[in-house]
Amino acid sequence: MMPTDYIYLSILTPLIVFLITPMLNKFSVLRDILGPMGGVISFFSAINITNFVLEGEEVKLTLFNISDGLSIAFNVYPLGAIFGLVASGLWILAAIYSIGYMRGNKELHQTRFFSFYAISIFAALCIAYSGNLLTLFIFYEILTFSTYPLVAHKQNKLSKISGRLYMGILVGTSVVFLLPAIIIVWVITGTLDFAQNGILDGHLDEKYIPFLLLLFAFGIGKAALMPFHKWLPAAMVAPTPVSALLHAVAVVKAGVFSILVIIVNVFGIGFLSETHGSFWLICLACFTLLCSSIIAIYKDDLKARLAYSTISQLSYVVLGAALVSNLAIQGASLHIVMHAVGKITLFFVAGAIYVSAHLTKVSELDGQGKSMPLLFVAFFIGSLSIIGVPPMGGSWSKFYLMLGAVESEYIFVIAVLCISTLLNVYYLLEIPARAFFKNKIKETKVKNYPLMTFPTLFAAILTVLIFFYIEPLKNLTNLITSN
Amino acid sequence: MDIILKNLPILVVITPLMMSLVVALSSNYITSWIISCLTTFVTFCFSLGLFFELQNVNLISYHLGNWIPPFGIEYVIDKVSIIPILIISSISFIATIFSIKFMMNEISLNLIPKTYCLWLLAIAGLMGLVTTADVFNLFVFLEISSLSSVALVAMGNKMDKKALTAAYNYLIIGAIGATFYVIGVGLLYSITGTLNMSDLADKLPMLGINKVVIAGFGFMIAGIMIKAAIFPLHIWLPSAYAFAPSSVSVLLAATATKASIYIIARISYTIFGGTFELYAIDDLRFFIILLSILAMFAGTIMAIYEKDIKRLLAHSSVAQIGYILLGISLATSSGVASGFIHLVNHALIKGGLFMSVVAMGYYLQKRVTIYSLSGIGKKMPITFFSFIICGLSLAGLPLTAGFISKLYLVKAAYDSEGVWLCFLILLSSALSLIYLWKMIEALWFNPDDNKDKKVKEIPEIYIPLVLIAFLNIYFGIDATIVTESSFSAAESLLKGINQ
Repeated sequence: MMPTDYIYLSILTPLIVFLITPMLNKFSVLRDILGPMGGVISFFSAINITNFVLEGEEVKLTLFNISDGLSIAFNVYPLGAIFGLVASGLWILAAIYSIGYMRGNKELHQTRFFSFYAISIFAALCIAYSGNLLTLFIFYEILTFSTYPLVAHKQNKLSKISGRLYMGILVGTSVVFLLPAIIIVWVITGTLDFAQNGILDGHLDEKYIPFLLLLFAFGIGKAALMPFHKWLPAAMVAPTPVSALLHAVAVVKAGVFSILVIIVNVFGIGFLSETHGSFWLICLACFTLLCSSIIAIYKDDLKARLAYSTISQLSYVVLGAALVSNLAIQGASLHIVMHAVGKITLFFVAGAIYVSAHLTKVSELDGQGKSMPLLFVAFFIGSLSIIGVPPMGGSWSKFYLMLGAVESEYIFVIAVLCISTLLNVYYLLEIPARAFFKNKIKETKVKNYPLMTFPTLFAAILTVLIFFYIEPLKNLTNLITSN
Repeated sequence: MDIILKNLPILVVITPLMMSLVVALSSNYITSWIISCLTTFVTFCFSLGLFFELQNVNLISYHLGNWIPPFGIEYVIDKVSIIPILIISSISFIATIFSIKFMMNEISLNLIPKTYCLWLLAIAGLMGLVTTADVFNLFVFLEISSLSSVALVAMGNKMDKKALTAAYNYLIIGAIGATFYVIGVGLLYSITGTLNMSDLADKLPMLGINKVVIAGFGFMIAGIMIKAAIFPLHIWLPSAYAFAPSSVSVLLAATATKASIYIIARISYTIFGGTFELYAIDDLRFFIILLSILAMFAGTIMAIYEKDIKRLLAHSSVAQIGYILLGISLATSSGVASGFIHLVNHALIKGGLFMSVVAMGYYLQKRVTIYSLSGIGKKMPITFFSFIICGLSLAGLPLTAGFISKLYLVKAAYDSEGVWLCFLILLSSALSLIYLWKMIEALWFNPDDNKDKKVKEIPEIYIPLVLIAFLNIYFGIDATIVTESSFSAAESLLKGINQ
């Protein structure tokens, strides 16, 4: 098969799942199997695409041309290949998990849920493989719209209010900031296509760089930079599989991925690092990173705490991008993977705890470790990965981020990273610590759902495996920064 | 067949003009509608014929009654005028199909044939405006279209007596505009002795910078600016659009001001372009740019505070006319082209928006406001969906026609004026999201106030409605037709300056 065929295969699979799912409304088993199957096919093609990228082949596909320099086109860069792998690979796990969750929790409207789940992945993959800013923007919006029914899934008052906040911030920022930024790029360069070394060099006056970067950074609300982060905690009203895959992996990673792509392939690493135009973004990312960690400590609701932890971890990626040194960019791209695997584990556990014991608050978890040992061990492993302790995957990305900070000579960033690690330790390890070492305060009937436990454990094991098999990922990230 | 092809330039005008008399005589309202549909369809086909003929030649000159210009009246179809010809004929065809349901709802049945007579007269007037190359003949068509539009607006009096006041306002202000224009024409005639546009363009430069010429230009352009509703001369427009019968709002919103803006471009580039390099005079050019910026912001802000949804759309039209005028007044070929691109796209956008809004108000049996339409989108999903598409196009989101206009306008502004103008355009277009969101919120998210009323989709209007929504998407995906014809229009317009 040609590289373009794999793009079609990878992208169309979730789209087909989206279309077929409503037809199988009556056959719930068949319908539920579609998700994991789609995940396997998508993941398989994502691996093939990655191989092509590693071999240095161009994986390119133009759907149609709108006008001069405007087209809907896919062009896979190493960064996109990484994000594609993450989104499609974790879809397999999350799809299995969500079957268990939806059944265990006896949720209504399961068909709608599964089909919108698939189309969100479709949008995320299209973002990953997009070859220009216009394509990225369009699928960015589609991702927002397709996740709205998932956020407002319960259709009660709270979920509707949260859904509106979610849409309001994400659509609002993208239309008010991101779209003008894209138009400006087209106006001054005449093209929107990504390029290995960026397209803005030589077209943009130095003094306007921070301004344009600001439009991009705030326009991509999905990266949850303060002050546009509120949508992420609000989105936690969604069923947990949504929070796990979309608000720890697909949606938020689409945000930070977009920022990375824009810095690497639109601004260009060389251009941005020479002009130091991203200094304010470093500061903002550091601020968001610390602030949200502190807020996370005070959140008693487990999912809210994880949400603020996500905000903080997303800022690691933005920070890495803003440092614009080769190592920092590599660290940031690795962090997309590492955080995705780690955070999906944590969310899986949170959802499993909710379904099997109906607990949502951290303070209620005291002493529950004995009744759900596997889940809390998984949580522990996931937390360690996020904190960045070897031999968990998360240690690699943090290591590279720190190296990147040294390389670009912003030493205070290292201090920020250290403080934030300490905060991570505090608010994440508190949970397994309470579960294992405190006395039980709430009696619960625990029911086990293997369809949820299996993906959770697998994700936890993956965080460890990824530490040892970092080589292929490293090759990809090396390609990002190679000229 | 040959005789038709030879006379196409006059046929696009004379077909609706003559058929309006036939319609007035028809006794049955359905018959009158069918005749109008056929007429507008035939007019549209003739316009298409002109379009294809223009692929081979640069200019079609038609001498009315075989009198040689400048003594006789000349009609000119070139790359510039074909754009408004196509817009007006296509949109009026779509609007005519759309109209009957609403005519029956809002106008006494025995008046409907007469209404269609006025309707076709208005279309004939507009078509005449954009085909003629004679400044006085242009005045005649200006009056035909204005007076019949005034009468059409007044037809809204069955729903709301305020329609009469609105029509009266429109009449008086329109008459002032027409008078100004004809004074200008008189002044020019007094010193050149000709009324033909290209003849004027030849003779005026010989007179040099002459006070009479300047005064003539001032009167003509001010008069047309009133007709085009350029802020602050727009006051007749919101009430006229709001109180007119629903289908009339659709027709006027999509076509009327477009023709006037085209005439502004014609006057300033074709007639006066060579005379005093009009837009090369920085003060004047800057003044018109300033007016357009004012229109952009004032229209948007007025729309944000407006509660009557038809008036809201009308205010938004004022802002959009500002964008078009801005593009045209930049006087660069990319600027004028972006003006024409938006001229086309805005006709599609506003036509679609007015269609969907009046369709949502159909069952209410009263004039629509934002509140009376509360929550109605859920009962009319297809109509609402078309509304959303046209709304997104208005806001200029990718994959819609509006995005293309915005893109080219910003590009033209950047190339000729610099960053500040880009910033202003983007800012005002961001502001327009506020009123768009206001409408969406009211139509979809607010609780339904009309529970007791039977509100459902109107299948009769699906074809025009969905067609126009589709066109909004289509010209956002494949914009080459619009952009290429706009660029060639801009080049042939600016020839006058570059000589």
